[in-house]
Amino acid sequence: MATTTKPGVTVEYPSGKAIIAALKRAAIEYVVAVPDIVTSDGLLWPISRDPDLKLVRICKEDEGVSICAAMSYNGTRALLLMQQTGLMDSLNAIRAIGMDYQLPVCMMVGLQGKEAELKPAQSASYGVRIIEPVLDAMQIPSRLVETAADIGHIATDIDQAYRASAPFCFLVGRSPR
Amino acid sequence: MMRRDRALEVLKPRVDSQLVVAVYQTLFDWMAIHPRDLNYVATGAMGQASSHGLGLALANPGREVLVFDGDGSLLMNLGSLVSIANAAPANFHHFVFVNGVYEVNGAHPIPAADKVDFAMLARGAGYRQVAEFSELAQLESGIDAFLDEPGPALAVMQVEPGESYPRDYAYIHSAAARARFRRALAAS
Repeated sequence: MATTTKPGVTVEYPSGKAIIAALKRAAIEYVVAVPDIVTSDGLLWPISRDPDLKLVRICKEDEGVSICAAMSYNGTRALLLMQQTGLMDSLNAIRAIGMDYQLPVCMMVGLQGKEAELKPAQSASYGVRIIEPVLDAMQIPSRLVETAADIGHIATDIDQAYRASAPFCFLVGRSPR
Repeated sequence: MMRRDRALEVLKPRVDSQLVVAVYQTLFDWMAIHPRDLNYVATGAMGQASSHGLGLALANPGREVLVFDGDGSLLMNLGSLVSIANAAPANFHHFVFVNGVYEVNGAHPIPAADKVDFAMLARGAGYRQVAEFSELAQLESGIDAFLDEPGPALAVMQVEPGESYPRDYAYIHSAAARARFRRALAAS
């Protein structure tokens, strides 16, 4: 879906429906979430009504790191859906439980404040600019999800995270529609 | 007031196939009193035991999950009481061992040690059942009824330290401990 964000600049927006279909292809059974305005309309509201996905609403994002990790012990797949503020708030849990313990915590993070036509590193928002460098420093692989082509990698990335028993982080840079 | 190790000894004969998530000194005491492969020892970050327990309870609906939390730990994740009440897993029984201090971090007092009421917090969050135990005889007579009722349930355990069991941090954070639990979960 292409939309003009400002004169002369047209960007593609990701399809929420296609992202949810990719999650199902990856056998995600639970979505553990704190609401985020970037992903609210395109992902969290549709997920809340989807009979194939079980939604666990939590009060704080680090709870979700533990929930997803604990579920993985019997192979149950889960996705932690949140905003980058919640990711930053959960870094120690991700460090300990995802990285030190080598557990497959898959995260999908709305980048609130990112300009649709810019890469995260070019954003005027400090809170957005630092996310990829922070993930790199923590050695957590990530993928920017903004286009249909990006969505095409989601199921494979999740499969790989569970195969490797390691965290993975999707960064949603434009609101899914 | 009851000694923590004596309280755990009351629980021991009642724990067979349950998944037990425990933290800090309660975990070290439990590992010595009832070593078993279905003890989940790797909670990673302080305060996260209740959330690991919720994940286990939801992903293993046919299994009973017991969480042996600490008061300082639970204070770091009070919101989890609300998340757990909302998810409402019937197979989730939560114990908070209240000693009023951060025992393995210098025994400093928890904030509001003389005021905070964990039973009221759990009731307010929406737990289905709340019990309080402060004496061994009371625990002996009440624990079966507590465990028989569906969760989410919280038992507030007023304890003092007992025997000082060794703090084997290397084991609880080891890959071997996680693999052991994973194998036991698959096999049982």
